[in-house]
Amino acid sequence: MTMMTGAEIVIRCLQEEKVEYVFGYPGGAVLHIYDALFKQDQIKHVLVRHEQAAVHAADGLARSSHKVGVALVTSGPGATNAVTGIATAYMDSIPLVVISGQVPNEYIGQDAFQECDTVGITRPCVKHNFLVNDVRNLAVTIKKAFYIANSGRPGPVVVDIPKDVTAAKCKFEYPETIQMRSYNPVVKGHLGQIKKAVHLLLEAKRPMIYSGGGVILSNGAEQLTRLTRRLGFPITNTLMGLGAYPATDRQFLGMPGMHGTVEANLAMQHCDVLLAIGARFDDRVIGNPQNFSSLPRKIIHIDIDPSSISKRVQVDVPIVGNVPDVLDEMLKLLDAGNASPDATVLADWWQQVEEWRAKQCMKYRRKKSVIMPQYVMEKLYEITGGNAIVTSDVGQHQMWAAQYYKFDQPRRWLNSGGLGTMGVGLPYAMGAALAHPELQIVCVTGEGSIQMCIQELSTAKQFRLPIKIINLNNRYLGMVRQWQEMFYGSRYSESYMDSLPDFVKLAEAYGHVGIRVERPEDVEAALKKAFIEHKDDLVFMDFITDQKANVFPMVAAGKGLADMILTEDL
Amino acid sequence: MRHIISILLENEAGALSRVAGLFSARAYNIETLTVAPTEDISLSRLTIVTSGTDAVIEQITKQLNKLIDVIKVVDLSEAPHIERELMLIKVRATGKDREEVKRLADIFRGHIVDVTESTYVIELTASGAKLDSFIQAIDTGLILETVRTGVCGIGRGERILKV
Repeated sequence: MTMMTGAEIVIRCLQEEKVEYVFGYPGGAVLHIYDALFKQDQIKHVLVRHEQAAVHAADGLARSSHKVGVALVTSGPGATNAVTGIATAYMDSIPLVVISGQVPNEYIGQDAFQECDTVGITRPCVKHNFLVNDVRNLAVTIKKAFYIANSGRPGPVVVDIPKDVTAAKCKFEYPETIQMRSYNPVVKGHLGQIKKAVHLLLEAKRPMIYSGGGVILSNGAEQLTRLTRRLGFPITNTLMGLGAYPATDRQFLGMPGMHGTVEANLAMQHCDVLLAIGARFDDRVIGNPQNFSSLPRKIIHIDIDPSSISKRVQVDVPIVGNVPDVLDEMLKLLDAGNASPDATVLADWWQQVEEWRAKQCMKYRRKKSVIMPQYVMEKLYEITGGNAIVTSDVGQHQMWAAQYYKFDQPRRWLNSGGLGTMGVGLPYAMGAALAHPELQIVCVTGEGSIQMCIQELSTAKQFRLPIKIINLNNRYLGMVRQWQEMFYGSRYSESYMDSLPDFVKLAEAYGHVGIRVERPEDVEAALKKAFIEHKDDLVFMDFITDQKANVFPMVAAGKGLADMILTEDL
Repeated sequence: MRHIISILLENEAGALSRVAGLFSARAYNIETLTVAPTEDISLSRLTIVTSGTDAVIEQITKQLNKLIDVIKVVDLSEAPHIERELMLIKVRATGKDREEVKRLADIFRGHIVDVTESTYVIELTASGAKLDSFIQAIDTGLILETVRTGVCGIGRGERILKV
């Protein structure tokens, strides 16, 4: 065996893990690693303009491709800048390995230049983290990091490496597999529980399926679709779960929750058996848990993380396991028993659901003089044929994209659902564009969010990423403005965005194409121009939209799901 | 309800702060926490006394199990168990109090482990509740200093927490 430096070991481990892209930013503590990176050409490095974007981009790559995203940052500010990205990935259970440089072992605790307690700072927002004090533990630690990040309920893992460790030498040996006595995630669900669940589903009079991000993360969309069709039940996908079941299918009721559809929310509320799959009864999904629990219904909950079960809502049939494995078992049981739900009972329930759907809660009034943001989303859906990967930032535009772009496939909708991090849209699009050069990549954003990571226009130029940015520019922090209008007597405290840049010129300054669209009749032509004429360019489309448009329906924070505010336009 | 949770975890740097951090991050309360390596020095045994509704305790055990360094978690108070805590208490011992304090220490099966002309240090091992009663029994004016280890516990009989 050859002797290798710690830095060479880091790069070699990444190669062993078949990592294609590393998103990072060099600095003092990682100079040895960057030198080792320079001497090879298997792993491509994407130089971002801010470490937060490195983690977001790695996250976007992971979300869109089911690979572990990798970011590389230096000690101190490099690591602290990465924290928002790490916390974002943690809240949405995204597999990442973040490698951070640390000051040399002998300086640790001395308040050295660019020193911070990275392991301490990131501890509450990682699945696990390591400080590698000895080069002999480096390879096995990186192996563990990848294993932990991408097994069980996925999540980010930080590996903090002091600079002297990257210079020290040892023999390189990369373990094939990892056994940890303290970490053995469950895969198969308990068969007795699965039988109980199937029985409940077949007996249900008003069944409802509610699936979340866990289905996407576990690649369970195919099984979910088969099971849902086999049962003929209505289904809703959460914000994180969009695309797990085809949105254009009749059984799909749209998204549930704070900005969910009437039919999805009322079906969630009034069903007698709820099958929850890889979802966690988030406050933005079920609203007030007391209100939600006040109606009698049996809940079956499939999740790989036991702590997600009966956390906010008491569950009747908990099933701990990997979603596709459990759903396969369910399908097997249904086929073996040749069992199907009672068609007449189900027809009555569907009749009720269709009544709710007939309210057409997503209708909005078009205006002649001003662009409605919903309209831009509808046109975007048409022009991309519903096949693009759409990333979003956080706010009104995020909700409109989720509501009006119909996702028929998993891993096509990337957004920060848990932490709600403004600024993720562009770096997510970068990660997705590198992972999927064959697909159209769209970043739906607002003039507030885009400015939180605007510097990445430079990275996108360097790596020739033909992202289409849809900036829904209403000159307000729209979601803040909406809440202020509804709950704070229209006192728009600090939600107006004054002194905005000229986004067209800004895009051009970075070497991209900029298009401003101010009239509804120009929307379609502008989108076509961007997606066809400028197919290979990054195009920044600045849509000047209605300032007063609000996201409806809406369940106010702390209210019950049935307590929806509908648009005043209808 | 008071619960005694026993945890077997990897004896690694930072493992304790993961457990303590979990409790503060999720707003669970810690009454006492004790930790030390076991006969196998790669393992630490940690005992936490906490309180909460059944739902909260269920979440605590699930969240603890989720920590990568945690190997096993047991709620000792669910079944017969033994709990002990050690207290060192320094009291003013002059005049007639000297006899009185000694008598009280004897009743509680404590040992006087340090004697000066004016003070005693009493060592007392018992359940947390019994230590509380000792403190209540002694004239509070005499107490100079108390230090308690926090509770450690073990299941009775064949109930064994091991890898």
